[in-house]
Amino acid sequence: MAAIIDIAPAHSSRPRKATSDSLAARVLIIGTAVGFMGLMFVLPLVVIFQEAFRKGWEGFIEAFDDRATMHAIWLTLKVAAITVPLNTLFGLAAAWCVSRFQFRGKRFLTSLIELPLWVSPVIAGMVYVLLFGAQGLFGPALKEHGIKIIFALPGIVLSTVFVTFTFVARILAPQMEAQGQAEEEAAMTLGANGFQMFWRVTLPKIKWGLLYGIILCNARSMGEFGAASVVSGHIRNKTNTVPLHIEVLYNEYQFVPAFAVASMLALLALVTLILKTLTTTRRGAA
Amino acid sequence: MSRPRHILPGFKLSLGFTITYLSLIVLFPLSMLVWKATSGGWEHMLATLTQARVISSLKLSFGTAFAAALVNGVFGLLTAWALERYSFPGRRLLDAMVDLPFALPTAVAGIALVTLYAPNGWIGAWLAQHDIKAAYAPLGITIALTFVGFPFVVRTLQPVIADLSMDVEEAAACLGANRWQTLTRIVFPALLPSTLAGMTLAFGRAVGEYGSVVFISGNLPFKTEIAPLLITMRLEEYDYSGAATIGVVMLAASFTILVLSNLLANWSRKRTGR
Repeated sequence: MAAIIDIAPAHSSRPRKATSDSLAARVLIIGTAVGFMGLMFVLPLVVIFQEAFRKGWEGFIEAFDDRATMHAIWLTLKVAAITVPLNTLFGLAAAWCVSRFQFRGKRFLTSLIELPLWVSPVIAGMVYVLLFGAQGLFGPALKEHGIKIIFALPGIVLSTVFVTFTFVARILAPQMEAQGQAEEEAAMTLGANGFQMFWRVTLPKIKWGLLYGIILCNARSMGEFGAASVVSGHIRNKTNTVPLHIEVLYNEYQFVPAFAVASMLALLALVTLILKTLTTTRRGAA
Repeated sequence: MSRPRHILPGFKLSLGFTITYLSLIVLFPLSMLVWKATSGGWEHMLATLTQARVISSLKLSFGTAFAAALVNGVFGLLTAWALERYSFPGRRLLDAMVDLPFALPTAVAGIALVTLYAPNGWIGAWLAQHDIKAAYAPLGITIALTFVGFPFVVRTLQPVIADLSMDVEEAAACLGANRWQTLTRIVFPALLPSTLAGMTLAFGRAVGEYGSVVFISGNLPFKTEIAPLLITMRLEEYDYSGAATIGVVMLAASFTILVLSNLLANWSRKRTGR
């Protein structure tokens, strides 16, 4: 009896599977990942809110009692309100033709749709200065008609549209491809028209992905800095968006207001991440 | 080659709209960049690109982006592996946090990072004790670029790790390999192409990054001035063709990165048999 007990392994659990890593390796790898992300991601977030509330709630609230800040928020909302619907419409069209049809040059088109993601935001702003600026291609003609694009709202909108161009299409296209088109084909065979098919079949299928695409596009358009910085001209109470206003406040050593305004955008980012997690679960379940 | 008529509607409409919108917003404006850069002739372009200040800013941008991509390659691979293969408390939270640099405005990240790494900041003070200068130095730029590029490596690797067939790992174990041998000879070679693809994307995002860098970099010409910042300086001086010339170099880098990441994705598909 004693001999048998001696031979049996000291622990009663099953032996580790050949495809899983040892406990030490797991702890080390998870620890490295958590440590890296804590240092790189969590700490900056903590700093934003800590600096924003350095002077307590009063200091935080006071930061928003400022004409330039309110104007920047209003301008940013306007920019997002124009940018997001435009890029959503484009994202739907692009995802539909890329995921539902085979045509020559499709991969090339997909690559071009991704291109704005890899172009520097500064270049996204610059190209519109070259087009519509005082010395740009259309500059003299615009001046003649008294139309202002650069250092004004249209320029900020155009460069923001460029920067957030890809997001909705990039999220929808792979999802629509994976879901297939059997339901749409059935709807068409049963006599639906194109609009009915889109509204009753496609939209319910893609709604969570679409929602996440819109949220991400919105977060990026409200937070765009490099492109807006080039085209806006930094005119206070006129063309300063929220991120540009944060830069002004920071450079004037108004740290509490700068971080208070920044914390609003950080909050928007956190909400975006939460909604992403929620919609991903729904997308996975659908 | 005759194809059966497609039953789904909207091909011409959606393709037409896509191409028109793409041309108006992206392709035509970008072509302006090339036109403006070349309008002064090749000599002028060459003269701009051989200026010491331009060369040092391009070197700095590409160098720090490369360093950041290397750091992200290592930590991105470990994080993606942990997220896909292990279950641990807080895994979903960690997974959600990976996308933070996509959602957090770059200027917000910029002022947060400089506050952390400045000589009187939480990490900066500690680094200063060890005579390491992070903020207002290339190290700070690398840290900011690591921040923006990280999700690209993790998100490229995650689906590949999830789809990795366990059979080969089991076979390796059955044939007598220990876990370390299996990882280094079976798993890592399968993940190498996607790791490189993710690093390429992280590099591409980092090279052109502006918002998160300008606060932490210090912006000293010849020392800590990145190429995108130099472009904005040239624009403010109304040196449009000079700005466009630097822009064209960076645009060429963007195209190269796009092509390279596609090639790497193909290689990855071949290796993992998907």
